[in-house]
Amino acid sequence: MTATAPALVMGSVLFNWPVDTLADFFAHVADEVDVDRVHVGEVVCSKREPFFADRLPEVIERLQRGGKTVVVDTLALVTLKRERQLVADLAALDGVEIEINDLSPLAALEPGRRFAVSPLVNVYNEGTLGFLAARGAWSVCLPPELPMASVAALAAAGARLGVETQVFAFGRLPLAISGRCYHARIHGLAKDSCRYVCAEDPDGLEVDTLDGEAFLAINGVQTMSQDCATVIGETDALLAAGVNAFRLSPQTGDMKAVAATFRDRLAGRIDDTEALARLAAADLKVPLGPSMTSRAWTPANAPTRA
Amino acid sequence: MNVAASLTRPELVCPAGTPAALRTAVEAGADAVYCGFRDETNARNFPGLNFSPQELTDSIRFAHDHGSKVLVAINTFPRAGAETLWHEAVARAEGAGADAVILADLGLVAHAAAKHPNLRLHLSVQAAASNPDVIRFWADTFGIKRVVLPRVLTVPEIASINAEIPCETEVFVFGGLCVMAEGRCSLSSHATGKSPNMNGVCSPPSHVLYKEEGEDLVAKLGDFTIDRTPKGVAAPYPTLCKGRFTAGDYAGHVFEDPVSLDAAQLIPPLIDAGVTAFKIEGRQRSRAYTQAVVAAFRKAIDDHMAGRPIASDMTKRLAEGQTTTAGAYKKTWR
Repeated sequence: MTATAPALVMGSVLFNWPVDTLADFFAHVADEVDVDRVHVGEVVCSKREPFFADRLPEVIERLQRGGKTVVVDTLALVTLKRERQLVADLAALDGVEIEINDLSPLAALEPGRRFAVSPLVNVYNEGTLGFLAARGAWSVCLPPELPMASVAALAAAGARLGVETQVFAFGRLPLAISGRCYHARIHGLAKDSCRYVCAEDPDGLEVDTLDGEAFLAINGVQTMSQDCATVIGETDALLAAGVNAFRLSPQTGDMKAVAATFRDRLAGRIDDTEALARLAAADLKVPLGPSMTSRAWTPANAPTRA
Repeated sequence: MNVAASLTRPELVCPAGTPAALRTAVEAGADAVYCGFRDETNARNFPGLNFSPQELTDSIRFAHDHGSKVLVAINTFPRAGAETLWHEAVARAEGAGADAVILADLGLVAHAAAKHPNLRLHLSVQAAASNPDVIRFWADTFGIKRVVLPRVLTVPEIASINAEIPCETEVFVFGGLCVMAEGRCSLSSHATGKSPNMNGVCSPPSHVLYKEEGEDLVAKLGDFTIDRTPKGVAAPYPTLCKGRFTAGDYAGHVFEDPVSLDAAQLIPPLIDAGVTAFKIEGRQRSRAYTQAVVAAFRKAIDDHMAGRPIASDMTKRLAEGQTTTAGAYKKTWR
């Protein structure tokens, strides 16, 4: 048993879930899900943000009462005045951790103010990590496309700098963000008059090739992997590389079981085969797939079939 | 009164994939040319392209002799454990006499600002600096002199950015069009393992396969079908975000039609919006293409500055039969 067990982190809900669904989800996480930290706040689209804004204080309090550290996320793409104001307001919040999803908040954060860094910020090397650490970063969730060698080099640098190294461990991978809304586009609408059609797809909408191959998923202005990518199967290598936090990105299904599976696997209580079998039984609506970190396995040679 | 005459002349920034293309661009009227080293430090890391250190030195001398500037793009994100390669590229660019380097990575910008205080720094479009707050952060922290704006902004948004920032802006006016916020896209990585950020390539030719299937020509990228066209119809290059896919009941170009950017007609409002420099994409294109596009935009800017209208059909033949779009500069694109 190591002195510091790896942290389990529930990432922000990236999809457009109805307000009550979202509130129920956070209440469930607060009371029943074994994670150390929970992210709240809208990352993907500022048009979704107002609906949940009034509920946020009570949700934060509920999560804190449940013993969770709460982290509030900023928007991924900030262009409009209202979006800039949102970022400035979050940067000024006291008593709660914040996570930056682009570099815009650095302009507003008081020097020395702590912040976490999301996988949507390009941290590819020690120089960038060092700069962010000096500015107050205490945790960095690495971009999903980084290969294992980069993860190891950055985790080593993070250990020297006292910065937590986190990986995106479960969920549809955030692959791209755009000014254009693809949900609106395929419904023949524009972003400004989108009718919130993204809410029809609580796990995002699958994009397949013309030959029917599973390929991507769209979530408003965001493009994701179609697979629910998981680092199960790579946790030993990631821990050995010095990764000390694992992010679970909420999908429809039994996230309590997902979190328990990761907790057990990270503690060495179960092996990869059992962990994958338990994830496969977690009532997910999205097929599981490998992470981009090692590309160590494919659904065809997954640990369950070994 | 001639409003244009009272304006500062904008800078025309043109692509050069090779020393020969650089000479062509300079002779066709480029105010500045941008290029990169022949390695993973630049975002057009394609076989047969780019500059050796000696070629860069010679090309900069040629450009300066003809009154043009050279901007060196070192705009990928340095690999962990290998940052020295990028640091050396910045030092070599300064040593060769580059007028500026175009950088995207936070750590590399911090390094350049600390170690090369006399080198002019431009922020690459790959840094996706999309609002005045973050641009001020870059300018105030590192002395960034110019920001290449991401292709997600409308003309009025560009105007309001320019009203609030202490540095210049550069915008794309012609060529390939990224649909995603640049530098924030791993789609190519997802399909091929090679990405713009890490490897300087998007939808790389090494992973493209054309295959005949019955009456169709299938264009694949990695293992994925990006498009399918009847035999005999010109098959588009399988750039991932320009492919045809299905999503729910929709079948077609989910992300973007196979269009390229043409904002020639927006040059006047973009000048009014305070833009300093106009950029043409296409370091991977032929010399003939470079010559034609640079000459056309040279004429367009000169016409506008002289109070003459910009010819409405000037770019039609340059798009080589492709449909063009004004992209995000018009709000309806979103």
